[in-house]
Amino acid sequence: MNTETLINLAYIAAAVIFIFGIKMLGSANTARQGNRLSAVGMLIAVIVTLIDQQIVRYELIIAGLIIGGLIGVVAARIVKMTSMPELVALFNGFGGLASLLVGWAEYMRLSGTKVLEETVNDLNITVTLGLTSFTAAVIALAILIGGITFTGSIYAWGKLSGKLSGRATLFAGQKVINGLIAAAIIIAGVIFAAQPTAEFNYSILIGLIVLSLLLGILAVMPIGGGDMPVVISLLNSCSGLAAAAAGFVIQNNVLIVAGCLVGASGLILTVIMCKAMNRTLANVLFSGFGATTQQSGAKSEGELKPISAEDAYYVLEASRSVVFVPGYGMAVAQAQHAVKELSELLEDNGAEVKFAIHPVAGRMPGHMNVLLAEADVAYEQLVEMDDVNPTMGAVDVAIVIGANDVVNPAAKDDSSSPIYGMPIINVHEAQTVFCLKRGKGTGFSGLQNELFIKPNTRMLYGDAKASITNLVTQFKES
Amino acid sequence: MELVLLLFIFVLAAFLGFELISKVPSQLHTPLMSGSNAISGITIVGALLAAGGTSETSGTMAIWLGFAAVVFATINVVGGYLVTDRMLGMFQSKADEKKQKADKE
Repeated sequence: MNTETLINLAYIAAAVIFIFGIKMLGSANTARQGNRLSAVGMLIAVIVTLIDQQIVRYELIIAGLIIGGLIGVVAARIVKMTSMPELVALFNGFGGLASLLVGWAEYMRLSGTKVLEETVNDLNITVTLGLTSFTAAVIALAILIGGITFTGSIYAWGKLSGKLSGRATLFAGQKVINGLIAAAIIIAGVIFAAQPTAEFNYSILIGLIVLSLLLGILAVMPIGGGDMPVVISLLNSCSGLAAAAAGFVIQNNVLIVAGCLVGASGLILTVIMCKAMNRTLANVLFSGFGATTQQSGAKSEGELKPISAEDAYYVLEASRSVVFVPGYGMAVAQAQHAVKELSELLEDNGAEVKFAIHPVAGRMPGHMNVLLAEADVAYEQLVEMDDVNPTMGAVDVAIVIGANDVVNPAAKDDSSSPIYGMPIINVHEAQTVFCLKRGKGTGFSGLQNELFIKPNTRMLYGDAKASITNLVTQFKES
Repeated sequence: MELVLLLFIFVLAAFLGFELISKVPSQLHTPLMSGSNAISGITIVGALLAAGGTSETSGTMAIWLGFAAVVFATINVVGGYLVTDRMLGMFQSKADEKKQKADKE
């Protein structure tokens, strides 16, 4: 058996391992082993690649592996669980960038060689070497998807970490400009592929890179912070497709299979997120949702009724059933541990405590589950929206921690609201609602929330962590 | 032929991907995403091949582009797997504690 066959067999093994790994990631009991299994698959793929005869020198490879490995280890170790969405977005962007660079490097390598047809082993199999139209087309594709993934993810990272405004940013003619760029990319790609060996093609390639990077930024710009879970999983899907495109470039099956698996699974998550908001993907991507402050403010009459921590304590002390509804505000304030402590005190006091998790609460899919797991909240206490809503009327106190749109009753009864039709957690049906909020402003999406002026709602102003800790102290002192 | 074969594999993999993850509990959305994100770092294979050439066969530029690709892909792979493992460890430790509690009782 020659080396090449061995390598290809190992790639097949790696691909099979990835398939099992992803399958196991989808179930709670096996998820951790699944992740480790797929890491083994990656290791196999890397090791057998190193014995490929195309690789003749190892200095740069070793240096690259060490540098990248160190950065990866440190970043993964020091990140706080609350900053997880940012980090995942960043890693994702790097994956996209790597695919772009692979496409670019392959162009540089091939453009130095001539296209020639070789007959191998007298077997009448013709192998085309060098830069063909097909190779050029997939190089353009790898660069396009990789570039969009890279800058899109970096922009999303900026939004999530607060370095850039989380609001949707719209400017005049944005759609026209995006359309022109997309058209320019298609035209450049066609010319690039039609004349793969032409002299001027290198300038076209550079142009493609620049345009792709630009398009990534412009595509994420008009998407508001509240829609980030969708964007993050869509970009995840794109990074897989970029890897698959790079697989076409170097004609390697393991890249195609693994990349495509990621592309498909990312797309499914994206669809789940969109369904949870009752919106289409196109609406999320192009509507510039929440860029303007909502006008249907006719209903926003009524007063916000603040409550002191002490009064809130007396209400909680008497309640038998409490539901926490966490949102992004809990992540920002890092309040999950304080929340867990309060939930324990409430349980000791005889109350039944649940955590109602909206599918798109937070800034990435499953964000709240991760945070509450970090704080050691038992999984049985987490309930999904559809299960908690029918019981909401029997709940004494619903505590909304930095969530806004996912509890906005306008989604149910105001057909002029942009979020009309989105399924929400019906906290307004509870006997009393406490809303923990930093100030009187609107949430990330910029919408007014009628919930805050309902007669049974009380506002507990201040940093979420400070407010919860305050309640914990009240409990302990009494 | 080669092209058709590659496309064939691509299409099959897409269907397989959809089948694999049709129903995932929302608790696992984040680990699934960051775990599959690490898998998308498979592009590291292409990066290694690009970085391992000589300046005679590939050209200096291609090698350095490959080197940069190796760095970024490695961050994606190593960081992605570690962070996912850390996250899943938090889910796990809770299950273990419960088991221990149950054993004691």
